[in-house]
Amino acid sequence: MVKNLEPPMTAPTDETIPVQPAATPGTGGETPPPAAIEIENLDFFYTDFQVLHGVSLNLPPHAVTAFIGPSGCGKTTLLRCLNRMNDLVPGARINSGQVRIHGVDIYSPGVDVIELRKRVGMVFQKSNPFPKSIYENITYGLKIHGIDKRPQLDESVERSLRQAGLWDEVKDRLHTSGLGLSGGQQQRLCIARAIAVQPEIILMDEPCSALDPIATARIEELIYDLRQQFTIAIVTHNMQQAGRCSDHTAFFYLGKLIEFDKTEKIFTNPAHQKTEDYISGRFG
Amino acid sequence: MSQLPHQFEAQLAHIRDALLLMASLAGRNLAHAMQALTERDDNLADSVEAEDASIDRLEISVDEMVINYMATHAPVARDCRFMLAASKISSNLERVGDQATTIARRVRDLNKEPMLKAVVDLPTMAQLAEQMLRESITAFIDQKPEIVPGIIGRDQQVDEINRRAIREMTREMASEPTTISRALCVLVIAKAIERIADHAKNIAEEVFYLYRAEDIRHERSLRESVAASDLRVV
Repeated sequence: MVKNLEPPMTAPTDETIPVQPAATPGTGGETPPPAAIEIENLDFFYTDFQVLHGVSLNLPPHAVTAFIGPSGCGKTTLLRCLNRMNDLVPGARINSGQVRIHGVDIYSPGVDVIELRKRVGMVFQKSNPFPKSIYENITYGLKIHGIDKRPQLDESVERSLRQAGLWDEVKDRLHTSGLGLSGGQQQRLCIARAIAVQPEIILMDEPCSALDPIATARIEELIYDLRQQFTIAIVTHNMQQAGRCSDHTAFFYLGKLIEFDKTEKIFTNPAHQKTEDYISGRFG
Repeated sequence: MSQLPHQFEAQLAHIRDALLLMASLAGRNLAHAMQALTERDDNLADSVEAEDASIDRLEISVDEMVINYMATHAPVARDCRFMLAASKISSNLERVGDQATTIARRVRDLNKEPMLKAVVDLPTMAQLAEQMLRESITAFIDQKPEIVPGIIGRDQQVDEINRRAIREMTREMASEPTTISRALCVLVIAKAIERIADHAKNIAEEVFYLYRAEDIRHERSLRESVAASDLRVV
């Protein structure tokens, strides 16, 4: 294991960065809660190509953390490391470092990857509902995890669709195909599907990149609301989206974490010139 | 990574250029208004009022460029601060132009009457204000926030001359009532110069915020309020 490296970046609390009291109600002066995800000195390779270089950061719980950076900077790779999605990619390997959730290294041999992905759900760039009914899309994951009682499934379907802000639009057609929904509705269906198994963490990989501004606004509102219950990490190329719906922002460049701070700090007065150049559109 | 030429850099440069032109016109109007005072030149005073329309048009132009840029580029970080600063600097420069016009109008009034004994050093006061204005624009254009504290410090000198003017003119009016109308004109001019120095200070504060991302406005009034509360406790 790599030793003597930088400690992980932790999102500043109100104790370290003075902010307007209204920006973080009820947190002033309190000890920050333990990180939901701890990433420590992560080196990641695709065969011989190193994609991530010693990335260390702690994602705070019940908050939205945006990963931003130019294409190829490793932000999606890092996101996919958080629920071991990269295990499925030939040649992908973690050379050193750890990803811990509640203190447990998710890459340690005893970890059940299926159980991990239940706890760490994922929403992808392109909505990918199963070619099944809306109802079956939601219950699919639940059935895998052994839940098959109809009342329990009905309750989960309604709860998940309500949380995803889709219930009122689909409650009268739950048994029609999920593929018949609009793009924005399909993406919210995918979010509902991810929520249904009651994860702790939701990873979102450019969830609005294929959506129009109205559908995007609905997803962003949803992300903002969902952070009450879930820890969310989102990869986005849309700077305004990162600014609008995240609490913390991590900027990556060439596989390195350049800056991690409160979102309002990153977008008003970033500490690093590289961050400023990227968010203001001077490169990328 | 390669640095790409960007249309928005050109747009930022246009805004900078417009502000530089505004500052140049506003500074020239102040200088002409003061020259009209010392040389009792009505024509020069008239030209100051006429030139003010150019500054007004530039203010509108800067605001248009700022709103267009914000709407189309959604600026962040320093670009966002630049837009805020540009709009405020433009507004302050427009008011400098207005104050120069006020001076020119009072100069025309004064020129209709016999010269008043020079008990107030208005030219020195105007030089200080003009220097503050020039330096605040230098800080903006040359990205020199480090000279801002010096600019702010000089505002107190201008304020002090203004207070002295009030004392001297009050004494003058009391001792010689026939000078009242002229003394009032002098006080209006002194107040206009004092306001110009305030606008220069405001611009300097905006420049400091632009380059250092630190808001230093009202720090003095905060100190004063703390001092006042200390006095009340005592």
